[in-house]
Amino acid sequence: MNLKLKIWRQQSAKAPGAFAVYHVQGVTPDMSFLEMLDLLNENLQAKGEPPVAFEHDCREGICGACGFLINGVAHGGRRGTTVCQLSMRFFNDGDSVTLEPWRARAFPVLRDLAVDRSPFDRIIQAGGFITAPTGGAPEANAILVPKDSAETAFDAAACIGCGACVAACPNAAAMLFTAAKITHLNSLPQGQPQRDRRTLSMVAAMTDELFGSCTNHGECEAVCPKKIPIEFIGKMNRDLIRATLHHRGD
Amino acid sequence: MLESKIPSGPIEQKWEKSRFEMKLVNPANRRKHSVIIVGSGLAGAAAAASLGQQGYPVDCFCFQDSPRRAHSIAAQGGINAAKNYRNDGDSIFRLFYDTVKGGDFRAREANVYRLAQISVNIIDQCVAQGVPFAREYGGLLDTRSFGGVQVSRTFYARGQTGQQLLLGAYQALEEQVAAGTVKMHTRSEMLDLVLVNGKARGIITRNLVTGAIESHAADVVVLATGGYGNVFYLSTNAKGSNTTAIWRAHRRVALFGNPCFTQIHPTCIPVSSEHQSKLTLMSESLRNDGRVWVPRKNGDDRAPGAIPEDERDYYLERRYPSFGNLVPRDVASRAAKEVCDEGRGVGPGGQGVYLDFADAIRRLGESQVREKYGNLFDMYEEITGENAYKVPMRIFPAVHYTMGGLWVDYHLMSTIPGLFVAGEANFSDHGANRLGASALMQGLADGYFILPYTLPNYIASSALEKVDTSHPAFAAAKEEVMKRVTTMVSIRGKRTVDSIHKELGRIMWENCGMTRSEAGLKSNLARIPQLQEEFWKNVNVIGTGEELNQSLEKAGRVADFLELGELMCIDALQRAESCGGHFRVESQTPEGEALRDDEHFSYASAWEWKGGGGHWGFHKEPLAFEHVHLAQRSYK
Repeated sequence: MNLKLKIWRQQSAKAPGAFAVYHVQGVTPDMSFLEMLDLLNENLQAKGEPPVAFEHDCREGICGACGFLINGVAHGGRRGTTVCQLSMRFFNDGDSVTLEPWRARAFPVLRDLAVDRSPFDRIIQAGGFITAPTGGAPEANAILVPKDSAETAFDAAACIGCGACVAACPNAAAMLFTAAKITHLNSLPQGQPQRDRRTLSMVAAMTDELFGSCTNHGECEAVCPKKIPIEFIGKMNRDLIRATLHHRGD
Repeated sequence: MLESKIPSGPIEQKWEKSRFEMKLVNPANRRKHSVIIVGSGLAGAAAAASLGQQGYPVDCFCFQDSPRRAHSIAAQGGINAAKNYRNDGDSIFRLFYDTVKGGDFRAREANVYRLAQISVNIIDQCVAQGVPFAREYGGLLDTRSFGGVQVSRTFYARGQTGQQLLLGAYQALEEQVAAGTVKMHTRSEMLDLVLVNGKARGIITRNLVTGAIESHAADVVVLATGGYGNVFYLSTNAKGSNTTAIWRAHRRVALFGNPCFTQIHPTCIPVSSEHQSKLTLMSESLRNDGRVWVPRKNGDDRAPGAIPEDERDYYLERRYPSFGNLVPRDVASRAAKEVCDEGRGVGPGGQGVYLDFADAIRRLGESQVREKYGNLFDMYEEITGENAYKVPMRIFPAVHYTMGGLWVDYHLMSTIPGLFVAGEANFSDHGANRLGASALMQGLADGYFILPYTLPNYIASSALEKVDTSHPAFAAAKEEVMKRVTTMVSIRGKRTVDSIHKELGRIMWENCGMTRSEAGLKSNLARIPQLQEEFWKNVNVIGTGEELNQSLEKAGRVADFLELGELMCIDALQRAESCGGHFRVESQTPEGEALRDDEHFSYASAWEWKGGGGHWGFHKEPLAFEHVHLAQRSYK
């Protein structure tokens, strides 16, 4: 099949960007979306033009490196799928497809479809861990974890940090990302000693990094490739109130 | 030249004895000794976090945009540990025994024993960090049996064990970043190692956003940069996984151990076309209920359902009646390639075999099959568009892991003093074949529990003069790196980096994959130098070195793969025996099974860079087996 691609091109963070139109021919349904872009890039290079920069690594939906908007929808709109897992079977000959990078003040564009997501690392630095210096751990089975707590923790820990939630949110909020890590660690017995401090500090970091706030649109849940539910934001808000009450007058 | 530094004494006491004998660094002095760690996967992140906690200033580098993206994240199955929680006869000795035997007697016993000992502490450490392992209803940890072993010792977190273990190490690393002990350099690729007075004292990196070439000095350098399976172009590795860091160190004459040892995984989704960019692994557990077959007739292109039972060849069940579809990874992989080479392969290009669940569905019902494998069937359908409840899956082997890597001693130090190598990047623990659920174990053992002892010992027992980046060795190395970058962007030839990489991959898979022959290897050794020349004369890298330039990044990696590929073929050629996942056609039993040759090949090879042009120095580290008795494997 043949496709018309409208792609955001921007040489660097400081350079102005604009859409460019490309036609790509000979796309087959067994290709992945990124393989279609590989093909485009081979063609561009043959013509002496710079290839389109896009992030990717594992190409199996787990590393979280890939991600951009396809026709305005993060990761292309198939439920529970990253861009790298998206197959060209779901496109038709003659389709026009628009690709643009995540749009959020906290995620500046580096080049074309690649953005800087380092604010996510800094939110984790603020408290997204359980302090357990190497060597000091007790025997693993000395800590009992109820199965349902372990399951909730896992559901939240499945987040791959791709940034789709921020890109989809009208407020560019990082609430789903932050709530997922808080829910993972706060659901476990090992996470209790640092629960309040973690919550207060990660929420503060989120604001410091220029992310917006949740106003319950639910767009984040809809595009999350790992189907992280929005109810975790509710859990985070409850933990935030709890922590704030505990630390009144600090 | 090869001093393995294995401690004396009984195998059970070697590590403890060695830990006691190691020198310590006074806590107040630690901040004076800087450490560079390249790579932020399980081994790198675990080492960076642990050394940061001890008070060493650590600089950690990764080429990805965040340390959380390292390829350890993609490991599915689980992590072995000799906890014996099931009371089913497991022990440290049994894990050690299984690993040496599974590695087909080409690993060092002392290292493997230590790995089995440490496995127990890893689970404790990860649970304390909040890794959400699978649990029983009573709240205890759950385990499963994995990879054909008879005990249940594999801890897991759904199908995302690597992800969860990596996030645990990543979070510990980020905690140290916040504490100021670790400085993280993301989007930075190591392009050279700097030696001062024969010791590793720093690295040269390229900032992948600005293109700036930067120098970094330290007292010790750790490479934890993963495996080189992408030399085959198509593999289950992430697209960015590469050999550059260890290859640059090899060119500074760190010896390379067992380069030809590669693991091929039998259950991947087959290649569908020329455009395929990577291969996707499907859990091996599928072979528990799926039956592997191909048509009896060559070129039979009927739909699978139209081929009657008596015209199907269930070749694994036929050839290996006692193990059937559950033969080890290497045997299953090789058998699949053989039937495809005979022209009986199925699917596009004839490079695939059926994995049929029809019998399992009849026996267990579709709902039970869905319960066990539903996510895998969904993943298969997402990629291929086929419903495996109705038509058999198609699978084919793919490159998955590389057991070879830089040669290291018992302390994980390479032949360059002050250069340590951890995780998949070293050659140490898996011999000629890695057992399932052992890669995660080794990465974390190296990072959390071995380097934090052996690296301070090196610092405390070496005279390390003060060196910073103003030393002329840095300027010289930087100059070389800049020249190389400038050369690559100024060739402006006709071939893209990918097209050369694909060609290298094709011949490596054909002749240096799971089946090797003298003739095939020699033909590669004639072709690869031509490809190297083609690259340096005719590659086309668009853009400049002073910007975010993904073609340039790839070009540098492929240039190194072209040299490594040559060394792999040289190593495979000298090893004229079949061992582990590697079948050497000249070394087989009368029944056509792999024949290991312990009399001539019971050693690890270690290659010394001699300036290129196909010349390497060859060294051997003899292997002694005192605890696990040499035996040929048989699955008949």
